[in-house]
Amino acid sequence: MSIGHTLLGLLESGPRHGYDLKRAFDERFGHDRPLHYGQVYATMSRLLKNGLVEVDGVETDGGPERKRYAITEAGITDVAAWLAQPEKPEPYLQSTLYTKVVLALLTGRDAADLLDSQRSEHLRLMRILTDRKRRGDLADQLICDHALFHLEADLRWLELTSARLGRLAEVVAP
Amino acid sequence: MTPAGSLLAAHGLHKSYGSNSALDGASFSVHPGEVVAVMGPSGSGKSTLLHCLAGIITPDAGTVTYGGRELSTMSDAERSALRRTDFGFVFQFGRLVPELTGVENVALPLRLNGVKRREAERTALEWMRRLEVEDLAAQRPGEMSGGQGQRMAVARALVASPKVVFADEPTGALDSLNGERVMELLTESARTAGTAVVLVTHEARVAAYSDRDVAVRDGRCRDLAYAV
Ligand SMILES: Nc1ncnc2c1ncn2[C@@H]1O[C@H](COP(=O)(O)OP(=O)(O)OP(=O)(O)O)[C@@H](O)[C@H]1O
Ligand SMILES: [Mg+2]
Repeated sequence: MSIGHTLLGLLESGPRHGYDLKRAFDERFGHDRPLHYGQVYATMSRLLKNGLVEVDGVETDGGPERKRYAITEAGITDVAAWLAQPEKPEPYLQSTLYTKVVLALLTGRDAADLLDSQRSEHLRLMRILTDRKRRGDLADQLICDHALFHLEADLRWLELTSARLGRLAEVVAP
Repeated sequence: MTPAGSLLAAHGLHKSYGSNSALDGASFSVHPGEVVAVMGPSGSGKSTLLHCLAGIITPDAGTVTYGGRELSTMSDAERSALRRTDFGFVFQFGRLVPELTGVENVALPLRLNGVKRREAERTALEWMRRLEVEDLAAQRPGEMSGGQGQRMAVARALVASPKVVFADEPTGALDSLNGERVMELLTESARTAGTAVVLVTHEARVAAYSDRDVAVRDGRCRDLAYAV
């Protein structure tokens, strides 16, 4: 993920301090991997140098001085261009799940068993996400839905594979 | 052979249609207030299992025990009385009565149980409010969207405070957002009222609203949560 573009995008709704930006980022996008302060300040000084943000004010109420950043016109254009650029679809061709299923098939094991136990395992996580979604705010709902649909896709592929396999077995069975 | 504390339990169910075996030794149980998802490939016997559990069809062999009583020892009249008083049903397509209005449809289970019209419709409206369809009280099913009809069907399934709701693909005809809303309302209402739900679905996101999942394959059930 482009941290620079994400921080820029967060600035579009109004100027913020560095620590405020970090908090907004962690809340929406950093569920499992919060940003380090160092990352934020390094990113902001790069954006500053490239003219995508400007310093909107400096506060020094006793403690260390805190810069408030604002996005520039060039920054807004940069965010718009980033959003308009389609993401490369992730190919998902290296997953362990895929490898296991293919190996199970190659060695004559039952794909249905694999499906049933994997589904239970997937559902365990899906229940947690569903619960979090139910209690959470819009940001929680969006992130949990994203994960839930991907987990469901794994299972649908497994289901299809196991159904295909059943047919295949019928065809080759004597 | 009823698991301790279960409300409804089946043991060793067999059911054949001609030479076609739909259930082949299926066992299942659900506790009061528990939501159990039943999953498995098409034709594996999920609907047949659900119909046996609800006493709609009689298995060739095996037992279904509800509240300590075996369904096979009851008369047909007793079984249909039990379905009216203790069970609620939601199917893939609402199956509302087309000639009746929304509120009349939802009030129907209460009316069949002998509740007076005013009282029945008052309770029906309360459930319709919970399922966010109280505005459609005077509308007939033909004038409702699929999602609205399905919420109406959920209200009808819950209106008589059943002990068990049987739901066979309740979100099958809905889009993701409506399906999610129906599941939220169904499971939340069921949990609040302590109603058990037997939920047949092929969608994992729908099954994720359950407390436990069971896989049906070739007419048998596998409970993987306990197998681990
Ligand atoms: N009334 C019936 N007459 C004859 N065969 C039936 C009848 N009902 C079900 N079967 C057969 O029993 C088997 C199990 O059917 P069932 O409807 O229980 O499957 P299911 O798991 O609910 O499938 P689906 O996911 O497609 O709804 C199938 O082979 C089906 O053809
Ligand atoms: Mg079915």
